[in-house]
Amino acid sequence: MKRHLLEAADLDRDDATLVLDTAAQIEQALAGREVKKLPTLRGRTVVNLFYEDSTRTRISFELAAKRLSADVINFSAKGSSVSKGESLKDTALTLEAMGADGVVVRHSASGAPHRLASWVKGSVVNAGDGTHEHPTQALLDAYTIRHRLGRLEGVRVTIVGDVLHSRVARSNVRLLHTLGAEVTLVAPPTLLPVGVGSWPAEVGYDLDAVLPKSDVVMMLRVQGERMNASFFPSAREYSRRYGLDARRMAALPDDAIVMHPGPMNRGMEIAAEVADSVRSTIVEQVANGVSTRMAVLYLLLGGSPQ
Amino acid sequence: MTNYLIKGAKPLGGDAVDILVKDGRIAAIGDSLSATGAEVVEADGLIALPGLVDLHTHLREPGREDAETVETGSRAAALGGFTAVHAMANTDPVADTAGVVEQVWRLGQEAGLVDVVPVGAVTVGLAGERLAELGAMADSAARVRVFSDDGHCVSDPALMRRALEYVKAFDGVVAQHAEEPRLTVGAQMHEGDRSARLGLTGWPAAAEEAIIARDVLLAEHVGARLHVCHVSTAGSVEILRWAKSRGVQVTAEVTPHHLMLTDECAESYDPVFKVNPPLRTDVDVVALRLGLADGTIDAVGTDHAPHAVEDKESEWASARPGMLGLEQALSVVIETMVEPGRLDWAGVADRMSVRPAAIGRLDGHGRPIAPGEPANLVLVDPTTRSTVDPAALASRSRNSPYAGRELPGRVVATFLRGTPTVLDGKAVK
Repeated sequence: MKRHLLEAADLDRDDATLVLDTAAQIEQALAGREVKKLPTLRGRTVVNLFYEDSTRTRISFELAAKRLSADVINFSAKGSSVSKGESLKDTALTLEAMGADGVVVRHSASGAPHRLASWVKGSVVNAGDGTHEHPTQALLDAYTIRHRLGRLEGVRVTIVGDVLHSRVARSNVRLLHTLGAEVTLVAPPTLLPVGVGSWPAEVGYDLDAVLPKSDVVMMLRVQGERMNASFFPSAREYSRRYGLDARRMAALPDDAIVMHPGPMNRGMEIAAEVADSVRSTIVEQVANGVSTRMAVLYLLLGGSPQ
Repeated sequence: MTNYLIKGAKPLGGDAVDILVKDGRIAAIGDSLSATGAEVVEADGLIALPGLVDLHTHLREPGREDAETVETGSRAAALGGFTAVHAMANTDPVADTAGVVEQVWRLGQEAGLVDVVPVGAVTVGLAGERLAELGAMADSAARVRVFSDDGHCVSDPALMRRALEYVKAFDGVVAQHAEEPRLTVGAQMHEGDRSARLGLTGWPAAAEEAIIARDVLLAEHVGARLHVCHVSTAGSVEILRWAKSRGVQVTAEVTPHHLMLTDECAESYDPVFKVNPPLRTDVDVVALRLGLADGTIDAVGTDHAPHAVEDKESEWASARPGMLGLEQALSVVIETMVEPGRLDWAGVADRMSVRPAAIGRLDGHGRPIAPGEPANLVLVDPTTRSTVDPAALASRSRNSPYAGRELPGRVVATFLRGTPTVLDGKAVK
């Protein structure tokens, strides 16, 4: 494995499979234990550097690091020197001086983790950068698919929604392709980037045409405000054309699953009855997020201290 | 003043001759000239070109003297072989009054390394709302002839039309930064395969091409001169070619970085490669080189844009756009145009001196190398290759996109009206 996890392309098929297998082993090791904790990263320091509010991702990483017995520091943009205008580089040098072994970074600017990685000696894990990537989300999604369907090779995954602004979509397209799945993107053309044709994925505009051929439907969060920039005419029209409701869900093959990275806009991209159905893996994804992130931290930081 | 005898230089790459520089002018050209009291400059094998003229330089003074001053930028220019540079108007305060352009002009005179020719803002405060006092700037000591809101597009078509018309009264030209602002909100890099993957908001080629198409039609309609700054796309070259074939009075420049670099550079997320307009694709680079070779693009304009370290050492999105260019412009042209045989030395002189001087209506620059002409000259060793070290640059800033690249060509000497500003590859002052 590379020293950092900045984007899904940092993982080849063997690396990605190793992360998923490791996550499964960790889950097994902890199953039924009273104390849900492994001593692996004792004495190591993991910093959660969050420039964007994301309670769920931060908590997931925090729990992952703590279950590996690492010391965890939460460094959020609010209430720290960052709000006083400290540069990313100065923050990086500060963390470096404090001896951070791993930095988990969430930032609104695409590429911020790449910059950070050039300034710190420890491992950098991208926890979501702008509209670029969110590789651990893709790993937990792959883990969830494999767990539910038993395989990834040849699995038909349809990703629906605001692909243009989605780091989840970018990471999933890359990682699922690496792992042998067949990805189809469905969105209004305004929410697909110019250049999407070069991605290892099929592209379509008609959700109803794709659903019967989908083993997995992954719904992306769509912000209602997008209609103010004319990406679509109204939330109602978006929902009618691209929302997943019970009628559409019925068109899926019998064992198909429905995923969502959260947080959901119930009634917008996904109907409540779909989100709460047996096909939905949404709660499972959250649980799998912790074991997958434990696997990533373990594999990046688990070697002997430098 | 000291007289100089330049021995064995090749004017425009022709046969080696001696050039006698006396009292600021070229006094004689011939074989084995001798002149008592003249200082000899050995120029065996060097190419002699007319002093280079830049239509597009950011000197940052007044306002951001931490990034560049008129003096440090002038020194960088001289080391790059330039004898005249046009200083863009986006300073703080903006160069939108006679007072500010005269201040910049005077600072240039005091530095005495190149002729600093101020560009006047088209609109007050670069705000794109109402015309600045263009006539006052034209009539000032700075003799402004080029007007530009560079950094911003004069996007209001009615205002652009009036500006084009108005400057005809003093033979001025509007240099347009062609960027339809509604198509580039939040734009970070060229919109294409790479921006899609990198998650950086795209700057579509059409945002440049749409403005150029509009403006050549306006220039034709009102019979005015239009200059297009930093052309960056293949489509823009096509539109310019079409406009010129119709007889529109349009000229255009291309930057060294758009001749050499592509959006591949953005893969590093290193903001030293963030620039506006953005680095484009291989296809665009090829079209720009061909356009410069066939004269569709008239000039190389550096868009030298110094930035302080803290404005570049950051996340891509929060970094300021722009890169250094003065000291490597000629080297890039040698690498991309001369060595591949697209342009000979006469062509280099034409695109980097003659035409830009004509566009800016500069007397005394872009002249032939001939007796009686002002001795604005540069001597170039075209074969020496060296690796660019930002720390060694004369600019106060370090944001060179060529750091670590090996480039051909070394400016050995530059003369401004007979006075050397560079000798032995070093600035004289």
